[in-house]
Amino acid sequence: MDFDDTPEEAAFRARVKDFLAANAERRAPGSAEGYRTGQSAPGALERAKDWQARKYAVGFAGIAWPKEWGGRGGSAIEQVIYNQEEAHYAVPRGFFEIGLGMCIPTLCTWGTAEQRRRFAPPALEGKEIWCQLFSEPAGGSDLAGLRTRAEKSGEEWIINGQKIWTSGAHYSDYGILVARSDPTVPKHKGLTFFFLAMDSPGIDIRPIKQISGHSHFNEVFFTDVRIPDSQRLGAVGAGWQVALTTLMNERLAVGEAPGPNFREVFELARGLELEDGPAIRNAAVRDQLAQWYVKTQGLKYTKFRTMTRLSRGETPGPEASIGKLVSASKLQEIAAFGMDLLEMAGIMTDPEAMPAQALFQQALLYSPALRIAGGSDEILRNIIAERVLGLPADLRADKDVPFNRLPAGKR
Amino acid sequence: MNFDFSDELKQLREEARRFLTERNALAQARRVLESDAGHDAALWREIAQMGWIGAAIPEAYGGAGLGHLGLCVLGEELGGSLAPVPFSSSAYLAAEAIMLAGSAAQKERYLPRLAQGEAIGTLALAEGPRAPGLGRLAAAVARERLSGTKEPVPDGDVADFAVAVARGADRRLGLFIVDLRAPGVARERIATIDPSRGHARLVFSDAAVEPLGAAGEGEHLIERLFDRAAVLFAFEQLGGAQAALDMAKGYALERYAFGRPIGSFQAIKHKLADVYVATELARSNAYYGAWALSQNAPELPLAAATARVAAGDAFYLAAKENIQTHGGMGYTWAFDCHLYYRRAKLLALALGSTRVWKDRLITRLEARNIATLDGAAGVAP
Repeated sequence: MDFDDTPEEAAFRARVKDFLAANAERRAPGSAEGYRTGQSAPGALERAKDWQARKYAVGFAGIAWPKEWGGRGGSAIEQVIYNQEEAHYAVPRGFFEIGLGMCIPTLCTWGTAEQRRRFAPPALEGKEIWCQLFSEPAGGSDLAGLRTRAEKSGEEWIINGQKIWTSGAHYSDYGILVARSDPTVPKHKGLTFFFLAMDSPGIDIRPIKQISGHSHFNEVFFTDVRIPDSQRLGAVGAGWQVALTTLMNERLAVGEAPGPNFREVFELARGLELEDGPAIRNAAVRDQLAQWYVKTQGLKYTKFRTMTRLSRGETPGPEASIGKLVSASKLQEIAAFGMDLLEMAGIMTDPEAMPAQALFQQALLYSPALRIAGGSDEILRNIIAERVLGLPADLRADKDVPFNRLPAGKR
Repeated sequence: MNFDFSDELKQLREEARRFLTERNALAQARRVLESDAGHDAALWREIAQMGWIGAAIPEAYGGAGLGHLGLCVLGEELGGSLAPVPFSSSAYLAAEAIMLAGSAAQKERYLPRLAQGEAIGTLALAEGPRAPGLGRLAAAVARERLSGTKEPVPDGDVADFAVAVARGADRRLGLFIVDLRAPGVARERIATIDPSRGHARLVFSDAAVEPLGAAGEGEHLIERLFDRAAVLFAFEQLGGAQAALDMAKGYALERYAFGRPIGSFQAIKHKLADVYVATELARSNAYYGAWALSQNAPELPLAAATARVAAGDAFYLAAKENIQTHGGMGYTWAFDCHLYYRRAKLLALALGSTRVWKDRLITRLEARNIATLDGAAGVAP
């Protein structure tokens, strides 16, 4: 039992360190810099594209992708090593994860060799950004309940309907889309999968204002949008199988919830005087802090177990599925507790005035999204129960019923 | 990164599992629970013959010399099987105390007998409900004679000797080895929530003792001993949590209600998913504790407290939700759910409560460089 790299891994890590040291700025430990380099800052997209191009040029983009897709042809553990090292640097993040984590792997799995050659390298280089047009007002956790219509007309498909929660639709060049091609069959059997240019006529993108005040997501409306049949992925009516490729990649791409963690709340408690003395001396505070430390460490060493498997060339075990489920609600709890410690002033949001640059307050407002996006807490528990523990699927009211005969609620 | 047990130790774990299944250790736990015995002597002899007790004892002292990692994988299987044997008292407490603080002569005298199962050892620390913690302990040693009352003492009904915690001439705590078969020792079995593991009240009246470790070092030695034992107990608790989860899962698949297996209801699925998550977090923390223990790393105090809190909470959660999943049948004497439930709480208090360990954990973190802790990662959306 050890935490050491193999000689090959160590050599790769050294190359990564050299590259980062020469090309990026180190993040001050414990700083909230990551937040300021987020997507809302002016010029963030250009900086992100520039950074991605530099990574691509030296073969650090798509490290575990096959060379045929424009990747390095390396291993999953090398990608993990790169991510570990890059986390120490204040580099732009958040624009390419969906395209590279989900869209392009789906396209490469189901598309033609020509499509792989055309789309994978520009995405990897950061020249083209992709978004995922899946969720709808009537289909979130129940994705297969989606209603956007796809109707065949000659060699084209005509799309009408609405998507929602589309991250980055406003700056994306392409999107992957799943739509209903046949409402007269049970819902999973009537779906077809496409990709399309986001500047196609008939697409209308409107930002959604979130409770955090930011607009990271969009609603996307389709009015007689035309997609050539050559941009269909998988057979007509087989869209669900294709979508599963995307969703499986999503489980791998979604990491731990970002934001104030144990260290931030521990530091806050150590620096703060409550009415009866230092917060860190308060038994209730200590008890709570210890619970988060134990969870934080548990997640860290669970990742080590996953890395051990990757390092041996094995696939990650089921334990890899717990990261987001545990970290998202932990983040929400830490955010609320950090605010509680500040008593009445806990509601203030001025980063200049507040401890940890108001990270706790910001996290309170954005953390609800992390318990929903990329598989809600409830869906993740279902997945653990069914795929890991082997419990039977829930009884389904919509099985074997044509989609257009299903009851629908008012919302 | 090689954060896993070696193939050799995984094989040992498989052998242990096979053996404990063949001997039906769970049924033996029930038999002990329903009898006047405090442990299963036949099973204990076999375990001794296989060399498990001395897994972490060096070969020079009659042990198997597998190191603490070997003891960890055995602990996981013993914990999962609920085997009714004085393993933790002899191997985690007595042997560890002697390896930690004993003189060469004491190691030569006690470790081979412990390793072979010729002697059962234990730790005599607690002094009843009115003396929680170390501060209120009253047992005292004067002129190498111990007087005082210790309860509950795990396996105190069958142990041959105990490492007793008592006040020395300067009123400071020290460790003392006391022969429980010698004059001046009266013992009786006491009732606890888990009769599958025997506990006793020991009354010492001028019982002869020999000091273990330097005089007045008791508090420090106990802390170090408990850090080691916390990791080993964590593996027993981990095994117990996994076994209780497996039992609940099995029942959820077999039991039908409202025309379907109860495991198809989200109320049951989500409950068991939460137990799975707690068990995996406990497993990861226990592994780290095992690494720190096997390396005698400076991280051991933090790693041990973390492993203990995670494993204690996970086993208790798994055990109580196993009863809940079984519904009314889970509350019957006939079903085995209560065996896990009893053992979970017994182990959770064996080295002091989670509350105390959490406080200790924060104290240890306060002494650390904050930059080494895990903090904010990545970008907020």
